[in-house]
Amino acid sequence: MLLLQIDTALILEKVILISVILMGSLGIAMYATWGERKVAAIMQDRIGPNRAGPLGLLQPLADGLKLFFKEEIIPDRSTRLIFILGPCLAMLTALMTSAVVPWGPDYVTETGRHITFQVADINIGILFVFGVVSLGVYGVMLGGWASNNKFSLLSAIRAASQAISYELAMGLSLIALLMMTGSLSLRDIVEQQHGFWADGYFTWNVFKQPLGFIIFLTCAFAELNRAPFDLPECESELNMGYHQEYSSMKLGFYLFAEYINLFVSSSIIITLYFGGYNFPFMDQVAGAVHPLLFSIICILVLVSKAVGMVLFFMFVRWTLPRFRYDQLMKLGWKSLIPIALINMLITGVVILWIFNK
Amino acid sequence: MEKLTNKAIQIDRSPMTLSERAYLPAIAKGLGTTLSHIFKKKATVSYPEVKRPFSPVFRGLHILNRDENGAERCTACGLCALACPAEAITMEAAERKPGEEHLYREEKYAAKYEINMLRCIFCGYCEEACPKDAVYLSETVMPTNYNRAAFIYKKDDLLIPHPQNKDSK
Repeated sequence: MLLLQIDTALILEKVILISVILMGSLGIAMYATWGERKVAAIMQDRIGPNRAGPLGLLQPLADGLKLFFKEEIIPDRSTRLIFILGPCLAMLTALMTSAVVPWGPDYVTETGRHITFQVADINIGILFVFGVVSLGVYGVMLGGWASNNKFSLLSAIRAASQAISYELAMGLSLIALLMMTGSLSLRDIVEQQHGFWADGYFTWNVFKQPLGFIIFLTCAFAELNRAPFDLPECESELNMGYHQEYSSMKLGFYLFAEYINLFVSSSIIITLYFGGYNFPFMDQVAGAVHPLLFSIICILVLVSKAVGMVLFFMFVRWTLPRFRYDQLMKLGWKSLIPIALINMLITGVVILWIFNK
Repeated sequence: MEKLTNKAIQIDRSPMTLSERAYLPAIAKGLGTTLSHIFKKKATVSYPEVKRPFSPVFRGLHILNRDENGAERCTACGLCALACPAEAITMEAAERKPGEEHLYREEKYAAKYEINMLRCIFCGYCEEACPKDAVYLSETVMPTNYNRAAFIYKKDDLLIPHPQNKDSK
C-alpha cells in the first residue's frame, strides 16, 4: 500500500511553494514592466512613469486594468482555436520554467523534516528548462501563424528560426559547464558553487567558464527575444510582429509572458553561473542565525541577483541597436557555435589535464 | 581634379580588426555611454506641479483691460478686428448712456466683444493695433474644453477683474 501513503504535509508544502513562486514571478514581472519604463527613461534623461501612485508604482496595475477593459478582437480570418491557444502557451511555458529553480537551501525543522525551496528537484533540471523554453517558441509561432497576417507570419518564422539557431550555441556552451559539474540537476550545480571562495579559487561558475557565460548570455538574449535580438517583434519592420492582431488581455499575456521569461531566465542564469543562492561568507551567516532565517536570506539573495540580471537585460536593451536578420544568423551560426565548440574542447582538455595529474 | 571644398573626409574602408569584429569592446563602450546618462540631469519638467517660466515676449490668452478706476478701456473702434489676420475678433459697439461713466471710459464702448480662440493664431497684432491699450496678450495658456462653443470667448471671459470691486465684472 505504498502508493496510498500520501504525505499531506508535503503536498501542502508544495502547493504553498508553487503559489508563492507563481504569485512572486507574476508580481516581479508586473514590476519589471514598470522597471523597464523607468530604466528606459533614466537612460534617455527622462523621468518615466510618475503619475500613478508614488514614483508611478501603481502604473502596472493601471496598465493591467486598461488591458482588461479593452475590446477583445479576434480577426475574422484567423484560426480561432490556435489564435487563442497562442498566448495561453506563451504564458504556460513562461510559468513552467520556474519549477526547477532551487530558490534556497533546505530548511530542516526540529522534527527532522526537510523543507525544500524547489518545486521539483529532477535530476535533468537543466534539460527540463531547455525543453520548456523550446516549447515557448510555439506560443509565438502559433500566435503569429494563426493571425492570418503576413507580418505576424514573418515574425513567427523569424522567432522559430532564431530560437533554433541560438539554442544550438546555448546547448554547446552549457555542455562545457556540465562537463565540469557532472550533473544536470540545478540543485547539484548550485551546491557545487557553495560560498564564494574555496581551495584558492572562486566557486562560482562564471569565473570557471567566462567564455561559456558570454555565449550563454548572448543566446539567452536571443531566446528571450530581447534587444538586440528582438527581431520577431521589431516595430520598424514588422509593425508589432507576432502580436499584431492581438488585443486586450491576450496581448497582455504575450507581453507579460515575456517579462516572466525574463525573470525566470535571469534566475536560471544566476543559478548556473553566479552561484544561485550562494553568497560570500554564507557559512558564517549560517552559523549565526536561525536556519529558517538563513533560508530566507538565501532566497532574497537569489531574487536580488536575478533582479540585477533583469536590470542588466534592460540596460542592454536601451543601449544596443537591433541586429539585421542576416547579421543575427551569421553571429549565431558562424561565430557563436564555433566559439562554443572551441570552449568545449578547451574545457575538456583542462579537465583531463587536471584529473590525470 | 581640383577639390571643391576642404570638407571631404576620406572613409576608412580597411577590413575590421579582430577587436572590432569581436563586438564586445564596442558593447562595453556603448554600455558605458548609457551608464553615464543615469547621472545626467533630466530634461523633463513635471508640468502641472512645476511650470517653466515663459519668455517676456510670450503671447498667451487675451485680456481686456480696465483703467485705474475700473472703467473698460475698449472703445470698440474695430482696429483689432481689422488687424487680425485670422479674423477671430468680432464686436458690436454701443453708445455710453449718461451715468455709465464709471463703467466705460470713452463715449462709445463694446457691447459685445468676442474672440474665437480656435481661429486665433496668437500673433499679437490686435495688441499692437489697439490705440486705447485695451487688449493685451497675457502669459496664460488657453485651457482646453470639450465643445467648440466654449472656445468663443465673450467679454465676460476676457475682461480683467475690477481693480476696486473684485466681485463685479
